[in-house]
This record gives sequence, structure tokens and C-alpha cells, in this order.
Amino acid sequence: MRKGFALAALLAGLSGQFPISHATGWNMPVGVSQVSRDVYDLHMIIFWICVVIGVVVFGVMFYSLFRYRRSKGAKAAEFHEHTTVEVVWTAIPFLILVAMAIPATATLKNMYDASEADYDVMITGHQWRWQYDYMGEDVTLFSNMSTPKAQIAGTEEKGEHYLLEVDEPLVLPVDRKIRLLTTSADVIHSWWVPDLAVKKDAIPGFVNESWTRIDEPGIYRGQCTELCGKDHGFMPVVVHAMEQEQFDAWLAERKQAAAAEAGGVDREWGLEELVERGEKVYATVCASCHQAEGQGLPPTFPALAGNQALMDDLDRHIDVVVNGVSGSAMASFSGTLSPVDIAAVVTFERNAWGNETGDVVQPADIQALIAP
Amino acid sequence: MAPQSPPKATLEHSQSASGSATADGFQEEHHYRSGPLRWLLTTNHKEIGSLYLIFSLAMFMIGGAMALVIRLELFQPGLQMIQPEFFNQMTTMHGLIMVFGAVMPGFVGLANWMIPLQIGAPDMALPRLNNFSFWLLPIAFTLLLSTLLMPGGGPNFGWTFYAPLSTTYAPPSTTFFIFALHMAGISSILGAINIIATILNLRAPGMRLMDMTLFVWTWLITAFLLIAVMPVLAGVITMMLLDINFGTSFFNAAGGGDPVLFQHLFWFFGHPEVYIMILPAFGIVSVIIPTFARKRLFGYASMVYATAAIAILSFLVWAHHMFAVGLPLVAELFFMYTTLLIAVPTGVKVFNWITTLFRGEITFETPMLFALAFVVLFTIGGFSGLMLAIAPADFQYHDTYFVVAHFHYVLVPGAVFSIMAAVYYWLPKWTGHYPDERLGRWHFWLSVIGVNLLFFPMHFAGLAGMPRRIPDYALQFADFNMASSIGGFLFGFSQLLFIWVVVKCVRGGVKAPANAWDGATDLEWTVPSPAPLHTFETPPDLRDFKFH
Amino acid sequence: MSGGSYYVPASSKWPILAGLAVGLFMIGTGIVLVFDTGMVLLPIGAAAIVTVMALWFRDVIRESRRGLYDAQMDRSFRWGMGWFIFSEVMFFLAFFGALFYVRVFALPWLDGEGAKGVSALLWPDFVASWPLMNPPDTNVVGPEAVVSPWQLPLVNTLFLVASSITLTLSHEAFKEGYRDTARNCLAITVLLGVLFLIVQGIEYYEAYHHLGITLQAGIYGSTFFLLTGFHGAHVTIGAIILAVMLWRIQKGHFSAHNHFGFEAAAWYWHFVDVVWIGLFIFVYVF
Ligand code: HEA
Ligand code: HEA
Ligand code: HEC
Ligand code: CUA
Ligand SMILES: [Cu+2]
Repeated sequence: MRKGFALAALLAGLSGQFPISHATGWNMPVGVSQVSRDVYDLHMIIFWICVVIGVVVFGVMFYSLFRYRRSKGAKAAEFHEHTTVEVVWTAIPFLILVAMAIPATATLKNMYDASEADYDVMITGHQWRWQYDYMGEDVTLFSNMSTPKAQIAGTEEKGEHYLLEVDEPLVLPVDRKIRLLTTSADVIHSWWVPDLAVKKDAIPGFVNESWTRIDEPGIYRGQCTELCGKDHGFMPVVVHAMEQEQFDAWLAERKQAAAAEAGGVDREWGLEELVERGEKVYATVCASCHQAEGQGLPPTFPALAGNQALMDDLDRHIDVVVNGVSGSAMASFSGTLSPVDIAAVVTFERNAWGNETGDVVQPADIQALIAP
Repeated sequence: MAPQSPPKATLEHSQSASGSATADGFQEEHHYRSGPLRWLLTTNHKEIGSLYLIFSLAMFMIGGAMALVIRLELFQPGLQMIQPEFFNQMTTMHGLIMVFGAVMPGFVGLANWMIPLQIGAPDMALPRLNNFSFWLLPIAFTLLLSTLLMPGGGPNFGWTFYAPLSTTYAPPSTTFFIFALHMAGISSILGAINIIATILNLRAPGMRLMDMTLFVWTWLITAFLLIAVMPVLAGVITMMLLDINFGTSFFNAAGGGDPVLFQHLFWFFGHPEVYIMILPAFGIVSVIIPTFARKRLFGYASMVYATAAIAILSFLVWAHHMFAVGLPLVAELFFMYTTLLIAVPTGVKVFNWITTLFRGEITFETPMLFALAFVVLFTIGGFSGLMLAIAPADFQYHDTYFVVAHFHYVLVPGAVFSIMAAVYYWLPKWTGHYPDERLGRWHFWLSVIGVNLLFFPMHFAGLAGMPRRIPDYALQFADFNMASSIGGFLFGFSQLLFIWVVVKCVRGGVKAPANAWDGATDLEWTVPSPAPLHTFETPPDLRDFKFH
Repeated sequence: MSGGSYYVPASSKWPILAGLAVGLFMIGTGIVLVFDTGMVLLPIGAAAIVTVMALWFRDVIRESRRGLYDAQMDRSFRWGMGWFIFSEVMFFLAFFGALFYVRVFALPWLDGEGAKGVSALLWPDFVASWPLMNPPDTNVVGPEAVVSPWQLPLVNTLFLVASSITLTLSHEAFKEGYRDTARNCLAITVLLGVLFLIVQGIEYYEAYHHLGITLQAGIYGSTFFLLTGFHGAHVTIGAIILAVMLWRIQKGHFSAHNHFGFEAAAWYWHFVDVVWIGLFIFVYVF
């Protein structure tokens, strides 16, 4: 029974004693934006209120338990009602709550005001990666977890940012108001970066608004926080905040790369290069469902290896990948993979794991399918 | 509602002819059956109560074993034991089984046993319906568990089964999951109807509503909550069924629906549901503490009003589970304020319990130990609930282990401890023997230590950023998880002691008199221990009875 | 049992058999829906439910006729039926809630209005309307036309309102001891219920085959069939219950003072009626 005290003391001690570092440690991170600091303050205020109430309440309780035990000869008193006391202990908590609600309301209003942003980023959740569109800039990136499978399986030592690292972070400028528009292409995901105190669900078919203004350059890590299927635990969010000039340079470079990528569609591609590229696409995008060796997870996710019906029907293969299968987890990839990637991954699938069709799918043909 | 007492003479028979009825071959089953068939066909509230309690214990073990699978996988970072698909099924099934299979039937079992005894009724109002309510449960849960063996596996979308993960993207077995939940829902509704009818109609003459024990009161209000919200759950899973099998668009924006609609409907059920799991616990603690403090419950009337206030408020707070889904600002504020308000009536309860202890004459038998631990640990869980209610802060807490810590504090050392307290408290009445006090203490202390080691570190893991429902986690959460897992096994295996105590007590032990606890004053302690199969066949005379 | 005035049946096999029957029915339905085969368990389960219910109620009727039930028992039945109907109210409330939510919040948001209007980014061409003829995603084909409230639905409204009146007449007549009048009025009530169902059948046929209102036709079709379908199911059940009551009157089961079975059926029927008024207003008219 004495545990109540011990726990409260432990909690109080710990929160003071441990320095607050970013997204590690024992407590909520203070974070790197005004909003995150406001939230942290709210958190600490309510925490201390609870501690104080806890000390008083448990104090009286343990006092009674020690003082009024029968073994010490206590004799029960008779009283069982006292209107004044009861009114007081209804009113005081109420007032405390009102006091609490005032700063909370202010912070919430601020968090909801996404107007006058400098940049708009559309964040789309996919099973299981994030897509970032810099709206009005024609730059789109896909952000996949980059932790190797071997680390997860335990056959390789786990790195410092195990599970919290991606191939392409969301790059943002500091000191700018960024409006974040979240949505999803399949199930509900939730985009969360503790250091920014931004957590917003990504709802398929709807768009949610939130915003942030980052104070310090740095790399901030978070995760998807809404159960979104099998690899929900492997869908990290990484934000790389940098100074405006760096950001501008990065954005310009990105635009060029996108243009170059578009150019690749027109040329004739060979089997080797498509398979090589397709293997990468497969590993980052498709393997989560259809598995590393194409064996799938029947009956939910069909096998692609040794799938004779599929190998006999090239058109259907392309159609499924381009348009998806409606009403199933198989999404349409025409909007999320480039024509080159689609051609590459289909070619790869038709020439891997014992599927030896020798088929080569040209990006130009895919392009023609998507935008006739 | 005005206090009403049924007229003493309740013998007026229906007017219709009674002679001709025997002519059409009606045979009344006069004798009690023996053997296993007796348990299958029983209409006796005590036997049905025992069936519920046994079922609940079995489900607690199964759900607990699943939790231990979860804890085993989370013992250290990396995927060791199981694959993510199976992990999700374990999380989902654990939540569903504990909520619908362990805690709710546990409380219903106690209600069946104790409500007729505490109000001086011969049985439940509708005894056959009572048996039907029970037998739906094993059928429903057998079906639910069998989904784990179906192609594609069982439900893997969390106990909250948000669409579209639970519709378009769900395994084929989801249809069976829906039907299992339908059956559990029917069982709950019918059980609740029975409880209300019993309490309102079968009180012994002379017992007014404000004479009832708090256990009966809290159950009356809980039953009302059940009847109000279980149909909403039935409705929303029916809509899922249509989305899955008939191509409707309720939760699909492409056709004009909205996935968030699912969440509104679910939580309109779901939030009152969590109070369904705590109000009877309040009732139990409110009868145990006065007994062992040997002092009348402080503030009986305010306890009743507080319970009612909590129940009413519980219909107005549901979207506090949805702060991060992008509600309009006004909605967000409304639900934040209403949620905060719930702390007021709950605080009244806590203060009343503590004032009951104040200047009492306290002893620490096992039921009392569990009840006291309930007060402390539930309050800690309530505090974290209050933190969650602060919407801007909930953006940081939501869907992290901080939430997992919160609800396990209110559910495990809350609801589950209260059920254990009740079992220790009423075992003498049920079996005629006292439970072994020494083993009971061992069970208690191991449980208290285990449960805190299990759930306290989850606060830190959550604040540090660990999301819930993940099979693997980043390295900075490793220590917290290891501690939790050790605590989980300690707590889990301590429950074997509990089973041992119960079995031992059923088989024998120190004989208990009619009033097993010297501070106990409620009506159930006036009948012999063990309570005979039939009690209060003629209503007790309460003219000289001192209520609470 | 014995001694006490409150009747407690010693034991009964119907509850557990009813549980098994429900289980059988649900598993049977699941097998048909999920595996698309095995129309075996489903009908067996349905038949079992009907049989067990009949036998269970037979016991209750016999106990009642043997005078085993006292006034207190009667009150238990009343509380039971009352709260059961309350649970049904909540069931329909969920469906009405869904309808309101979609109309007041979801569709305007998808069209760019209100707090979540940014959602229109995803559906640039979508225009919200109710009834929703053109769902946001053009792959979902909306209805071509809607059911006019002033034709078949109005007829149905009249049927149900009339049936409520005839039912009340029947009840009043019964209480006054005019058994034949009561029986005739009840027969008309059942008939009106059946007519309602026939008209609804015609309306569904029209909806599917001429108006393009289907379950797949976006949220309008979804809510339309959800609400009218579950209401129709309740009318069916209500009509069957009333038919049983007709049979029981015929058999002389009830007395002018003691006929709770009949009253419960009447409560249920009125409840179904009130739900229809809600439907007529919010599904058809507005
Ligand atoms: C028995 C079950 C139970 C109980 C009783 C409660 C009680 C409370 N819960 Fe909890 N809750 C759950 C079960 C329960 N909860 C579950 C299962 C979930 C997660 C569901 C899921 O997502 O899977 C959840 C989630 C949950 C959330 C959503 C978190 C999120 O997902 O982001 C919130 C947010 O507001 C919340 C709040 C509260 C509050 C304010 C109370 C209050 O009732 C608590 C009131 C009690 C006290 C405050 C302590 C005593 C009071 C005093 C001593 C008086 C003085 C105090 C003050 C004035 C501070 N709960
Ligand atoms: C009343 C409800 C209740 C109860 C009693 C419990 C009890 C426990 N819960 Fe529960 N839990 C929930 C309700 C409950 N939980 C809910 C609603 C969720 C959310 C689900 C979701 O996200 O959808 C959840 C989620 C949840 C998680 C998060 C999973 C995730 O997010 O991925 C975890 C993780 O540790 C956990 C652990 C435990 C443990 C260790 C116990 C322990 O108390 C269990 C005690 C153990 C036993 C009683 C076992 C006894 C059996 C034996 C000793 C036999 C031997 C067994 C073996 C050898 C394996 N629970
Ligand atoms: C989120 C899970 C998921 C991802 C990611 C995924 N698929 Fe699929 N895929 C499915 C499912 C589910 C089906 C089965 C659809 C159906 O027929 O119902 C499927 C079907 C297919 C089929 C048809 C198989 C057949 O026999 O009919 C092909 C080809 C395919 N996927 C290729 C791909 C490629 C290429 C990628 C990556 C670019 C990919 N998938 C990514 C889930 C996924
Ligand atoms: Cu995406 Cu969880
Ligand atoms: Cu809640």
C-alpha cells in the first residue's frame, strides 16, 4: 500500500532529474517549435497538479490507514455525511479544471490556425510509406524505412536509429510556417513527430490540416501512430530541417532530378537495367505484401512467384499494377510510381524467382497507358 | 425516480383459467436435475452467476496468455518470436477477449450472484432469459477464437477495428468476427434488461431505491448504459458487414461515406463501455471499504448521484478518443471540456472512500487489500486519463504507450482488482469457507508489485515516443519494455495463485458463519453460508433491517 | 421452486438450444458470405431459431395460462419489453445518426465547405447534394433517380398509420370485452402490415431495376437500404408477432385484464410505426 507514495516520488524525481533530450529519455520532448513547447508546458502543469492532488489524497488515505487500524485500538466513529465538505470537494476540483482548460484552449486554437503558411506539403500515407508533395513546386518524394531486414531479424547489429531511419526524409526550411495536409491512399495512418508536437491522422478520402514552424535545424524522428496493417511498426517519419538557403538548393536539385527522370521514359530500356531497377522498387514497395521472394501471404496477398496464370497474361499483370484491384489492398500505382519504375518492377517480377518469361516492358508503353 | 416498494401481497394471480392448461400436456419440471445437464439448463441465478464467473476466469487466462505473447515479443527490440501479422492478431484478440470476455462477464456473474441476495429477491426477474444470455457467450467466443485458425488469420485491426482497415483491408474472417460480436452484444443487452427488471421489480417489500447497496445501484446504472450503447455497436458492425459483403459505402469517401463516421459510432459505444467496466467496480469497493473500516459509507447519496453523473457525462465525451482525427475546433473543445468534467464526480467517489476510512476501525483482510489498492491505482489511472483529456497534449500522448498505461491502470488494478476483491469478499458466502488468508496475501502483494512493474514503465515509454500496436521498437524504449515484460510475467503467473485459492476455498477451509465479516451489514449476510440454492423465496421482512 | 409467489422455472432446455440455434444461424450466414458456399447451416439455423422460439414461448404461454404468474411477474415482463424496445430505439438511432452525419458533415466537407473543406483537394469535381446522385469517385455509379415520397412511400405511411389506429381499436375493444371486434381489427392490422411489405417490395424492385438505387450506388443507396431494410425487417417481425396474437385471441388465451402478450406486441408495432415516420421524413421527404 505504501507504493502509492513511492511511485509518486519516483515519478516526480525522475521528471526533474533526467535532462530532456529529443524523443528519448523518460519524458515528453520539449521539442523545437513554439507549439511543442506550449504543449510540453501544459503537460507538465497538469502533471504537477495531479501529483499535488495525489499527495494530498493519498496522504489522507495512508494517514487513516495507519492511525485508524483496529490493531491500534481504533474505534469507528459514527459520522457519514457532511454537506459542506462534500460541496467543497466538488467545487475545488471543478475550479482546478477550469484553470487547466484556459491555457489548453489557447494552445489548441493556435494549433488549429493553419492560415498564412509559407509552404504547403501534402502528406499521403500508404501501406507502408509516406509520400510528400511540395505543393506548387512539382516535387514529390517517397519515404521508406531504410533499416535492413537483417537488423530486424537480429542477424545483424542494430544501428543507432534502428526503425527510425528512412531513405528520403521530409526536408523543410526552419523559421517558416509549413502547412501540413495529411491524407491517405488506403487505410488510416497517422503522421507524428514528437519534437514538433504534430500528430494528425491521415484519412483516406479526406484531408486534415495542421502546421508547424521549426526553430532549429536538425533531424527529427517519429512514427506512424495509427494501426495500419502488418507493417505499421515499420513506417517511420523523419523530418530534416535546414536553413532556408540549403532548402532552396535542395529543392532546385530535386526539381532537376524529377525532370531527368521524366526524360528516361522515352528511351528504349534493356532487360538487365530494368530488372536491376525493378528489384529495388520491388524491395521497397511490393515486398511488404508479396514478400521478399514473391511468395506472398496467401490468401491475403497472392504469390507472384510461380503464379502461372499471371505469367500467361502480361496485360493483366500490367493492368493490376497500374490500376490496382479495387476493393482490395492492391493499390493503383500509376500515381505513386513513375512509368519507369512500373515497367521495371513488372519486368523484374516476370524474370525473377523462377518466373522466366523473358518479357521486357517498356516505360513508354506504361506512359501511354497512364496518359493516353 | 420515486422510491417505490412493491405491495406486500404479490399473490394476485392472473385471471385466466388455470385448470385447462394441464390438459394440453404441460409438465412442470419440479425437481432439480443433477449431473452436467443441470448446469446447461439451469435457471438459478447462483448457478448462472457461477457459470459467468468461471467463463470470465477462463477468458482472463486466454486473454492473459495472449498478452504474455505480446510481452514476450516486446521483451527486446527486433522480431524474435512472432511475425507482425500474428502480433496484430494477438493485440486485437487480447483487447477483445479481456473487455468482452473477461471483465464484462465477470461483473455480470457478480451481479447474478449478488443482486438477488442484496435486494432480497428469489432469483433474477427473467430466469430463462438469464440462461440464454449466458450461453450465447461461450458460443460467441468459440467463434471469435476460431477465426485465428481461418485462412488469412483472425481480426488484426485492433479492438477498436477502425474502418477501412477492418473492412476493405480486412481478412476474410472478419465476417465471423462481426457475428461473434453480435452474439456477445445480444447477450449483454438481454443480461442488462434482466438486471434492470430485477432491481426495479424484485426488491423485497420495504426496500426503497435509496436503501439499495451501491453495488446494486452502480449495476442499475451500468445496465442502463449497456442497453443504450450495445445496440449502437450492433449497428456499426452491421454497417461494416454491409461494406464488406454488399458493396455499400458507409466508411468509404469514394461513395460519399466517411471512415471517421465509423469512429464516431464506435466511440459513442466505446466510451460508455469503459464506464460499464468501472461503475460496478465502484460499487464493489463501496461495499467492501465500509465493511472493513466498520463504518458507514460516507456520502451514500452523493455516491449515487456521482454514479449517475458519470453515466450521463459518458454519453458526451466520446470524441476524446478522436482528438487526432481532425475534428473541427469547436468539437475538439466541447469534448475536452466534457471529459475534464468527469473528474469531478469521480473525485467525489474517491474522497468519499477515503473519508469512510477516516476514523474507522480498519483491518486488512485480502478483499480490503485489493479494494485499497484499487483506490490508489485507479486514481493514478484516472490522473493519466485527465492528462489525456487535455486535447493539445493528447496530440503527443495519443496512440502511444502512455494511453496503454492509462487504460491498463484503470482496467487491471481497477476493474480486475475489484473483481478479485469481490471474489475474496463473497467466497465465504458462495462456498461456506473462508479463502486462505495467507495465500490471499501472497497473491495480493505479488499482483501489486507485478502490475506496477508491468504498467508503470509504459508511461515513460509512451512519453518518450513509443507508439502502441507495434511488434518492434526503437532502441531507446528497450529498458522500459524489458521491465514491463518482467512485470507482465510476474503478474500473470501470480494469477495461478488466485486460481489455487479459489479452488482450495471451494473444496474446503475454515467454515464461515452467515455473516462472514464482522463489519458487514448488507442483506446477503443474513442468509446462511454457503447460500442455499434458493434464498428469499418469500420476501424477507425488512421492518427491523438497518440499511447500510 | 415452490413456496414463493414469484414463479421461477426449475430449469429449461430452450435457452441453451436457442443459443446454439443463434450460433448455427450466424455461422451458417458467415459461411455463405465468406466462402460463398454451403447453404446448409443457414436454413437449419433459421429453422432452429423459429422452432426453439415457438417452443419457449409455448412454455411461457402455458405457465401463464396455468396461473403461475402473479402481478409482479407481469411487471417484470413489462420492464423487460420496455427496455428491449429502448435498445431497438438506440439501434435505429445509430443508423439515423449515420444519415445525419453524412448529410450534415461528410458530404459538405468533400465538397470544400466547412471545417474540413480542404478535403475537396482530392475531389475537385465533386458537388455535394442530397440525395447524392454523383458520388465523389466517378467509379461509383450513383442512382439515376430517387423514389418520390408522394407515391408508394406515402401509401405506405398511410398503411402504417392506419394499422396503428386499427391496433389501438383492437386493444380498446378487447379491454371492453368485445372479443370479435378486437379480433377483426387485429386481422386488419396484420393485413395492413403485409400490404406495407408488399408495397415496399415493389418499391425495392423499382429502385433496383428502374432507378439505379442499389446498395452499391454510393452513400445514398447505402443509407436508403440500411434504414428502410432494417425497418422492413422489423415490420416483418412485428407482423408475425401480431399474427401469433391473432391466433391466441382466436384460441381464447387472453382475458380483458390479462393480455400482456398482446400489449407487448402492440408496443412493438407502435415503435415500428414511429420509426417509419422518422424514415418517411428524413429518408424520403427531406
Ligand atoms: C475502466 C476503464 C476506463 C476508465 C474508468 C477511464 C477513465 C478516464 N479516461 Fe480513459 N480510456 C480507457 C478506459 C478507461 N478510461 C481505455 C480502454 C482507453 C483506450 C481505448 C483505446 O484506444 O484502445 C482510454 C482512453 C482514454 C482517452 C483517449 C486517449 C487517446 O487515445 O489519445 C482519454 C482522453 O481523454 C481518456 C480519458 C479518461 C478520463 C478523463 C477518465 C476519467 O474518468 C478519470 C477520472 C478519475 C480521476 C481524475 C481520478 C480521481 C479524481 C480525483 C482524485 C479528483 C480530483 C482530480 C482532479 C481535479 C485532477 N481515456
Ligand atoms: C480488462 C482489460 C485488460 C486486461 C485485464 C489486460 C491485461 C494485460 N494487458 Fe492489455 N489491453 C487491453 C485490455 C486489457 N489488458 C486492451 C483493450 C488493449 C488494446 C488492444 C488494442 O490495441 O487493440 C490492450 C493492449 C495491451 C498491450 C498493447 C499491445 C499493443 O499495443 O501492441 C499490452 C502490451 O504489453 C498489453 C499487456 C497486458 C498484460 C501483460 C496484461 C496482464 O494483466 C495479463 C495478465 C496475464 C495473465 C492473467 C496470464 C495468466 C495465464 C497464465 C499464467 C498461463 C500461462 C501462460 C503462458 C505460459 C503464455 N495489453
Ligand atoms: C498493401 C499491400 C500490397 C502492396 C504494397 C502491393 N500489393 Fe500487389 N496485391 C496485393 C493484394 C491484396 C493483391 C490481391 C488483389 C486481389 O486480387 O484481390 C495483389 C495482387 C497483385 C497482383 C496480381 C496477382 C494475381 O495473381 O492476380 C500483382 C501482379 C501485384 N499485386 C503486383 C504488385 C506490385 C508490382 C507491387 C509493388 C509495386 C505490389 N503488388 C504491391 C497487395 C499489395
Ligand atoms: Cu501507417 Cu501505421
Ligand atoms: Cu473514453
